[in-house]
Amino acid sequence: MSLHVDDLRVYYRTLAGDVKALDGATFDVADGEIMGLAGESGCGKSTLGKSLIRLDGRMRYAGGHVVLDGKELPIWDDEAMNPFRFHNVSIVPQYAMSALNPTRKIGRMIGELLRARGADPRTVESELARRLDLVGLEQGVLGLYPIELSGGMKQRVVMVISTLLDPSLLIADEITSALDVSTQKAVARMLVEFRDRGFVKSMIVITHDIAVLYQVADTILVMYAGKLAEKASAEEIVSSPKHPYTRLLVSSLPEVGVRYEEKELHGIPGRPPSLLTPPTGCRFRDRCPLATARCAQEPPWVEENGRGVACWEAASSQAARPSLVAGAR
Amino acid sequence: MLSLDHVSKTYHVGAFGRGRLTAVRDVSFELRPGEVLSLIGESGSGKSTIGRLILRLMAPSVGSITYEDVDIADFGGRALKEYYRHVQGVFQDPFSSYNPIFKVDRVFGMLRAEFFPRVGSEEWRARLEAALESVSLNPEDVLHKFPHQLSGGQLQRLLVARALLLEIRYLVADEIISMLDASTRIDVLNLLADLKGRGLGVLFITHDLSLGNYISDRTVILRHGCIVEMGETGKVFGDARHPYTQDLLASVPLLHEKWASNGDAEPATRRSHELVEAPPLVPVEDGHLVAAG
Repeated sequence: MSLHVDDLRVYYRTLAGDVKALDGATFDVADGEIMGLAGESGCGKSTLGKSLIRLDGRMRYAGGHVVLDGKELPIWDDEAMNPFRFHNVSIVPQYAMSALNPTRKIGRMIGELLRARGADPRTVESELARRLDLVGLEQGVLGLYPIELSGGMKQRVVMVISTLLDPSLLIADEITSALDVSTQKAVARMLVEFRDRGFVKSMIVITHDIAVLYQVADTILVMYAGKLAEKASAEEIVSSPKHPYTRLLVSSLPEVGVRYEEKELHGIPGRPPSLLTPPTGCRFRDRCPLATARCAQEPPWVEENGRGVACWEAASSQAARPSLVAGAR
Repeated sequence: MLSLDHVSKTYHVGAFGRGRLTAVRDVSFELRPGEVLSLIGESGSGKSTIGRLILRLMAPSVGSITYEDVDIADFGGRALKEYYRHVQGVFQDPFSSYNPIFKVDRVFGMLRAEFFPRVGSEEWRARLEAALESVSLNPEDVLHKFPHQLSGGQLQRLLVARALLLEIRYLVADEIISMLDASTRIDVLNLLADLKGRGLGVLFITHDLSLGNYISDRTVILRHGCIVEMGETGKVFGDARHPYTQDLLASVPLLHEKWASNGDAEPATRRSHELVEAPPLVPVEDGHLVAAG
């Protein structure tokens, strides 16, 4: 078991009260697993990713445990987390451009970073050269300033830096979202390559783009309004999702080949609830065509055959999948 | 009809504007009423520049843009205002398109003061409701709200409603759904299709091939400011002739099919900013043009 997260809750402090952005997340990521984390904006996926490495000033730890390789991560204690960061847990942020120090050449910046984390730059020199080569960058980039690189090159540089010390867990937060399709493909492929070569043991890939996740992830965890909705293999999420939210979401995605004239797709009416005062029970029930009175109670997380779902309806009627068509099409 | 005739646009860049960056090179196409034309390209392909040229936010360096056979560069004063009653744009970020301290009804009030000072309150109200209705918004839900109280999809639809009040004929939609969530973006797309059905011409600018494929009748693929392929959407996507279009299609992540494992295309070489001749377009079949070379 590489990563075990138990009932993790992280709130944002605001003047109006706590925004319950992440309200009880429990899941495991196995060794060698690439877990995709999908959901719409404000569902808590980035909060979850960030909380595993560093809570920023507005975030408040409200409970739960994170265990990585048998050791508990003290995520509530900024300083006690320091020995874990970069060595055990690492992150590739969404905006690679703002992750690199603009006043330092890349090589010098890497040296400073390693020294600050108590590693000797000389010991990883050859490994650094090998990995830059692997992602298709020349050694010359070490002598360049970040501004001299294109977006895709910067993203790759950051990926190499983040994984230089072979962390157990890598969090990739929307790393392909700002890239063009061809660059996106190359960067996404690189994630898989890094895992295959053992540079990182497991990964959490956060993105709103389920199609990209389908290409790279082994499993996909879908979140909605601060809660987990469903976790299953990438194949199952895309072809036979169980949670009504996942089903509606997947069916609203246009693909190359789908034309409006032939098949009109539909979105999900309504909008997610406010997380300042989230409703009790299932948080999707206001938008759910299958909602019943029972949904006012917290849906149980039912796990079966390695896939989990938090929905009364999906849990009770495994055989007869109620059609969403009446409500949606 | 809106048509671009050999349009190029060169920006002055760098210190004291000494550098030159040609964003659009020798682009010609036309936008007809009642069609959705997709303008697809990666970042830096000049797709947004073309949208801004059509909206006359900038003037082309070479070539001309004509609206109903009149060069839009000649419009001034009243004629320009009239042009904007017919051609409007909606942009990527709905959150920054609004004044955050104005409620929605005030936004529409300003539109009325500017364009319809003679329309009576009763009639204006009816028109406003009809416009909101046509973008599937309930007037009660949105009119008395501040922008931050509305979702991105609602704001974007309000911008379209604002354009509709002007009785526009052409809409430039520049990445209008890329900031929206997956569950709401498709409804905004369907709205564009609905407008098309009412005779509007829509220029749909996007980097997302699947969206362009879903909605448009014709597609123009841009690269480094030049058109590499254009034609009916079914033909461009179903029978792509230019290697660049084929590469793009191979890179799009699909939902039920994994990427082919071979031919991991090196990311496209970085664009050169020097002006090169745009390759000529050669017809391969009726209405399907492909750049030579």
